[in-house]
Amino acid sequence: MTDQIDKALEREYEAGFVSDVESDTFEPGLDESVIRRISTMKEEPEWMLEARLKAFKVWQEMEEPDWAHVDYQKIDFQAISYYSAPKSMKDKPKSLDEVDPELIRTYEKLGIPLIEQQMLAGIAVDAVFDSVSVVTTFREKLSEAGVIFCPISEAIKNHPELVKKYLGSVVPTKDNYYAALNCAVFTDGSFVYIPKGTRCPMELSTYFRINEQNTGQFERTLIIADEGSHVSYLEGCTAPQRDENQLHAAVVELVAMDDAEIKYSTVQNWYPGDENGKGGIYNFVTKRGICHTNAKISWTQVETGSAVTWKYPSCVLKGDNSVGEFYSVALTRGAQQADTGTKMIHLGKNTKSTIISKGISAGRSNNSYRGLVRMNPGADGARNFTQCDSLLIGDQCGAHTFPYVESRNPSAIVEHEATTSKVSDDQMFLCQQRGLDPEKAVSMIVNGFCKEVFKELPMEFAVEAGKLLEISLEGSVG
Amino acid sequence: MSNTNTKDTSSLLTIKDLHASVEEKNILKGLNLEIKPGEVHAIMGPNGAGKSTMGYVLSGRPGYAVEQGSAQLDGVDLLELDAEERARAGLFLAFQYPVEIPGVSNLEFLKASVDAQREARGEDAVTSAEFLKLAKAACKQVDLPLAFLKRGVNEGFSGGEKKRNEIMQMLLLQPKVCILDETDSGLDIDALQVVAEGVNSQRSSDRSFIVVTHYQRLLDYIKPDFVHVLSDGKIVKSGDASLALELEAQGYAWLQPRDEEGQSA
Repeated sequence: MTDQIDKALEREYEAGFVSDVESDTFEPGLDESVIRRISTMKEEPEWMLEARLKAFKVWQEMEEPDWAHVDYQKIDFQAISYYSAPKSMKDKPKSLDEVDPELIRTYEKLGIPLIEQQMLAGIAVDAVFDSVSVVTTFREKLSEAGVIFCPISEAIKNHPELVKKYLGSVVPTKDNYYAALNCAVFTDGSFVYIPKGTRCPMELSTYFRINEQNTGQFERTLIIADEGSHVSYLEGCTAPQRDENQLHAAVVELVAMDDAEIKYSTVQNWYPGDENGKGGIYNFVTKRGICHTNAKISWTQVETGSAVTWKYPSCVLKGDNSVGEFYSVALTRGAQQADTGTKMIHLGKNTKSTIISKGISAGRSNNSYRGLVRMNPGADGARNFTQCDSLLIGDQCGAHTFPYVESRNPSAIVEHEATTSKVSDDQMFLCQQRGLDPEKAVSMIVNGFCKEVFKELPMEFAVEAGKLLEISLEGSVG
Repeated sequence: MSNTNTKDTSSLLTIKDLHASVEEKNILKGLNLEIKPGEVHAIMGPNGAGKSTMGYVLSGRPGYAVEQGSAQLDGVDLLELDAEERARAGLFLAFQYPVEIPGVSNLEFLKASVDAQREARGEDAVTSAEFLKLAKAACKQVDLPLAFLKRGVNEGFSGGEKKRNEIMQMLLLQPKVCILDETDSGLDIDALQVVAEGVNSQRSSDRSFIVVTHYQRLLDYIKPDFVHVLSDGKIVKSGDASLALELEAQGYAWLQPRDEEGQSA
């Protein structure tokens, strides 16, 4: 039976193609001059450059963290190129007609149509290709509602007051090694501002694509939901299939002002490397949101890609009655390694957090949940509920759980439930006895296991996520 | 009681000299059975005789090795097929201990199963709306609340509900040969009647049943055409429905060659 499951897990990485695009790419290497060049390419104001240089100094003094349950070759930061952009983007195309058709085709192939007539109704897309944003759709329609949705490099120029105020306010430069690096060398990502009392009229999304060889992608995203506003945002990501590892070190900051709500969903499908762990993306990401009074931030992630994942989308529940949620599906197979989870920091009174984590390990992969729930002295009546389930497929993979609970308030309540189960031979046989082939059986059992998380995804993406798992588990059988 | 509706038809399921083992232990030791369309055969016998093993071997459960013999369903060599292909060929096994599949709704599971079988037969898929109608009818027939269609497969079901769920699956899949593996175990009288009615409603001239049971009680509701006693891996006695009554009164001891030690099968 294990053979059958193994077979069912073999798969092709469908997004592994390379686009034939001529790019301007920096020589590998990192020093102050590289940072200055990035800043120049982005036509940044002086204050931004200063912030970058300061971050670079901070980063140089820091050490790479080694506490995560992952094992990989040390990254040579001098061997990475820190900037790459398609040549055609140099002239700053004003409309989609001026964008290199090869870029548009790339996104089309990935199922993200950028041409207005074909676009998914109700979803605005910012398409980031290596270090630049190629196009951001529906901007005018959004601006009618007062919503700003643009590449962060543009926001730095056009909305400096907002960027200065909030960039680095949730994830400070010194937060961690990769965050500091990102602060120094980030290139593009999305900027979102939702004005007071506004419900964003569309789903917003950013699609990250790594294309160029030997480059790192340093995404920076900042979402600000002003008082009483509401936004749902989704990011997706893919990369070509290559033998070398590539680094994606992102920082995402969310600010939910009083009574605001941010729903942030991720469907992460970076190239995971081959069966033996050759190649694949290192996904070292810092994501954090701050909730003011009565605000709510909900993180939903479906992580199926990357060779190594190191990622803990977190909530700082600063305001009274604020709510943080984390729903996660992390699937590892082959030689993938994931160390992912969340931090819920309860500062305000009656703050609530919910953590639902579903880890699926197959092949020889290692999948760890690492989560911190902290109840600070002021968090009277705070509550947390954590449910952490692991599903093992086969007998060579690992599932690990590292929950940290720190309660400094006697009135706070913290609950933790954890289960570990296997896709059993009995379940497989029941499915087959009813006529389902083993592939379909595994994917159905896994999808069922993830149901509580999938139902949190926006509709369109719940379907996509389900399919992604299916693709991930698809094999050569049948 | 002889069978009247099958006199000139050829056999639907033919098992010849079947030998099979689990973990290198011989369980089936020369099983022969011939079932014609429309017939109901009851298999009785002491614990460890190989009753459940027979169902598993026929349906292709991994871990059961066939040493010798053959099994044909409607002319198709079952033993050559993967488990799912046997199911698609029309073989259905109602499990003694149905397993849970958390998070996968009954409806989703049933639709996927029916779709897979229809596709294998080259038939068009049933639309979701049509299927929902069929599923609701089946759910009502086994006297389960419709909410069970939305619940995870067997998730948190009581023993009786699980067995009814098996019958619901059978109603929707419309197999040619159904093996009911101690479907009566753990059922109260009401549930037993529901299950039996479900089975009886499916009796037809082209569908056959193998009813594995320990108790005559089930056979009061599902009238068998033949009763066989399986002991130590082969059929040691066959008869009509009256044999079950005899067994109820006398037990199996008089049929067993020696006091073979039973092991769970």
